[in-house]
Amino acid sequence: MALVEREPLALPTGAGTGVAIEPLGVLARPRTKDGWRSWVTTVDHKKIGIMYGAAALLFFLVGGFEAMLIRIQLAQPNGTVLSADLFNQVYTMHGVTMVFLVIMPMAAAFANYLLPLQVGARDVAFPRLNAFSFWLFLGGGVFFNSSWLLGGGAADCGWFCYAPNSGVAFSPTHGVDFYSVGLQLAGAASLIGAVNLIVTVLNMRAPGMTLFRMPVFTWMQLVVQFLLLFSMPVITVALFLLTFDRSFGANFFNVEQGADPLLWQHLFWIFGHPEVYILILPSFGIVSEIIPTMSRKPIYGYPFMVFSGIAIGFMGWGVWAHHMFASGIGPISVAAFSISTMFIAVPTGVKILNWMATMWGGKITFNTPMLFSAGVVAMFTIGGLSGVTHAVAPADTQQTDTYYIVAHFHYVLFGGALLGLFAGMYFWWPKVFGLMLNDRLGKVHFWIILVGFNLTFGPMHILGLQGMSRRIQTYQPTDGFTLWNRVASFGALVIAVAVLVFLYNIYSSWSSWKKAGRPNPGADPWDARSLEWSIPSPAPEHNFDFVPEIHAQDDFWHRKYGEDDKGRAVRIASTEDIVQKGDATDVHLPSPSFYPLILAAGLPIIGYGVIFNRFIAIPGLLLFLFGLFGWAFEPATEPGDHAEDGTHGGTGGDDHDAAALAAPGNEEAHVG
Amino acid sequence: MRRPTLADTLTAPAEGGHAAHHDPGHETNTGITNEKLGMWLFLGSECLLFGGLISTFLLYKKKLNTFPGFENTSIVKLGRNVFDIPFTSVSSFVLLMSSLTMVLAVSALTRDDQRRMRTWLLATVFLGATFLAGQVYEFTAFVKEGLGYTTNIFSSAFYTLTGFHGAHVLIGLVILMTMFARSLQGKLRARNAETLEIAGLYWHFVDVVWVVIFVVVYLIK
Repeated sequence: MALVEREPLALPTGAGTGVAIEPLGVLARPRTKDGWRSWVTTVDHKKIGIMYGAAALLFFLVGGFEAMLIRIQLAQPNGTVLSADLFNQVYTMHGVTMVFLVIMPMAAAFANYLLPLQVGARDVAFPRLNAFSFWLFLGGGVFFNSSWLLGGGAADCGWFCYAPNSGVAFSPTHGVDFYSVGLQLAGAASLIGAVNLIVTVLNMRAPGMTLFRMPVFTWMQLVVQFLLLFSMPVITVALFLLTFDRSFGANFFNVEQGADPLLWQHLFWIFGHPEVYILILPSFGIVSEIIPTMSRKPIYGYPFMVFSGIAIGFMGWGVWAHHMFASGIGPISVAAFSISTMFIAVPTGVKILNWMATMWGGKITFNTPMLFSAGVVAMFTIGGLSGVTHAVAPADTQQTDTYYIVAHFHYVLFGGALLGLFAGMYFWWPKVFGLMLNDRLGKVHFWIILVGFNLTFGPMHILGLQGMSRRIQTYQPTDGFTLWNRVASFGALVIAVAVLVFLYNIYSSWSSWKKAGRPNPGADPWDARSLEWSIPSPAPEHNFDFVPEIHAQDDFWHRKYGEDDKGRAVRIASTEDIVQKGDATDVHLPSPSFYPLILAAGLPIIGYGVIFNRFIAIPGLLLFLFGLFGWAFEPATEPGDHAEDGTHGGTGGDDHDAAALAAPGNEEAHVG
Repeated sequence: MRRPTLADTLTAPAEGGHAAHHDPGHETNTGITNEKLGMWLFLGSECLLFGGLISTFLLYKKKLNTFPGFENTSIVKLGRNVFDIPFTSVSSFVLLMSSLTMVLAVSALTRDDQRRMRTWLLATVFLGATFLAGQVYEFTAFVKEGLGYTTNIFSSAFYTLTGFHGAHVLIGLVILMTMFARSLQGKLRARNAETLEIAGLYWHFVDVVWVVIFVVVYLIK
């Protein structure tokens, strides 16, 4: 394409473009390209991903602080650090924060950043909705935590908040109201995000990127988004019923009126069990990217990896009542759910074996991401095995509500999900920020956290089998729980040190990178396999200069390596030659917008109105309606908007073959 | 007002703005536009929302009949006897007819027949509003007979289920009236027929859900 006349590019200051900008919405279109304003108005999936990650890390510190309080309280018999009431609030907030405000948004961070890159798209399907999802999640999280200050006490009913404990009679502060409304907001954010990401993956794949050429990470995230799509409305119903009970005097959980408390349990766990897979599958996806890269082998049994993920997604709907074996649901239900729970271990086991088979015979590099991935495989196996013991209903009735359960779900959620997310952070840090995290400090981080984690949660198996109940505020010296509680509390301290090492690593890697003159790690520092490594680091605003054409699974790898006659990989092209330059200038991108933030800001205010005073809801409602209509009448893309990256002078971007660029979608539909 | 969709703008980098005028749906992998696929997914999610509410209602309808001390009390009778089946049948019929007029509106728009499209759109709004007015009348009548929101588990479940449906109808009405306003501005043309079609998808879903609710709540004894 020659240098045809183009509209001049919008300058960073927003001034002097020469094009009259007609604000089609009520508010002028935000023009800033850097500074904090560019972050609050951004619709770029990469910036939104980074914000998800930053918010999740922040909430991780909050939830971790709450965990430390619990362990300090339980470090010795007759602990006096927390009162019984405060203890209830702290463990509830710890659980809800870690599940809904740490692991889910951290997984959403990876999904947002990586899914469009891995399928070869320029953004998600609905960029403004994507921004709205983030702000709504953040609003929900802040709203929920504001109960410490405004609620007269935080929620104190445990993360699953069983009725009738959650009723006004047993939980008279506003804590539970903040729980129900806050989760409602965060849940709506997840639901909208799920629609967005599913459409992105199904509709916006690059030519040749068939469903069964997608990276395993993309597949696992797709399964997660479907689980979110169908499980979020169920918790939405449950939370609405709870809110209506507490705020409007409905009778859903009013036992005196003949209400059935099991209704809450069923609704919660029909959501809650798919939620377990929502938490772990992103981590499985991350590990499935790192292990092949660091073993320099393709993933072993790709179809099995994909189908076992799908199988987990389906079977995850048929096991919820194993959380309720002690609730009196009847022998037939118990037997049925017991069997289905044992079955769901099969696809999970397939994954474990496939990861090990991928490593088998590979040239493994044990750097930080790989160590964390191997940690996931090992720790999740322990957690999975203790999970199978829960499937045995007679044993489970002994384990229910003991520390054995606490040990189990921390092995899968900490040892599985969180370690996997750490692995992902070390792996994709250079792609996201253009600098490597220090590998030596990373290894220190890994070993300390691995030791601390096992010290903390390993002894809980024993405590549980000794009969220590979860959620008790303290215990007596004569109970015999002292030793292992001491060990667990010491372990928690070790975990805290590991987290500090991680934070220090972020800081020191950044500052030494700055001192060294900001060296670029290159597009492909790990010699990796998927599309996001074929573009510069950090990923340019427009992602791809031209939409890549995909010919195989691990297409990027196959463009780098061929095979000799013995089947060994040999380089056929240097990475520098095949990665994109990131200098396209004529790319239309969705324009930034104020409305997602405005719309999302209205909802928590309405939430406060529901809890305290209906009049508070009015400004929230007005803000919401203003955002809604402003949004609806503002076009997604302003006619004059282009990407800002690269040189503007006519080098680069212009000499690509116009025909290749003009073949955006697909002549044929590539549906799996 | 055919806003350029993302599929238009994002996948056709070198073509400048021309891509915005392509056939909708042509560029996506599934052949369905992003907006329509998104609506289908959202409606799939909505199925579980109403599924949860309907299950709750069924549970508490049964529960109230068997709860010790509550059998054959006036409260149970109240729940059973307040329903005015002929009245609700008529308003259900009205709502179902609004699906027909919605289809006719979309069909008129694909032919760019603005006059008919507006007529049918207004008819849809009118029918939907009639249904909603019927629901308001029904609720008021029930409350007057002593079946308030907080009266018992049955009434809480009943008002919540039908109220959620009513809220969905209301949101649908707002969407349809916005569409009507856009057409008056001359911004709803044949090439954005899909926008109206997607609004129609939502509207039909709300109608179909009502069929289920009507059967479950009013007809099954």
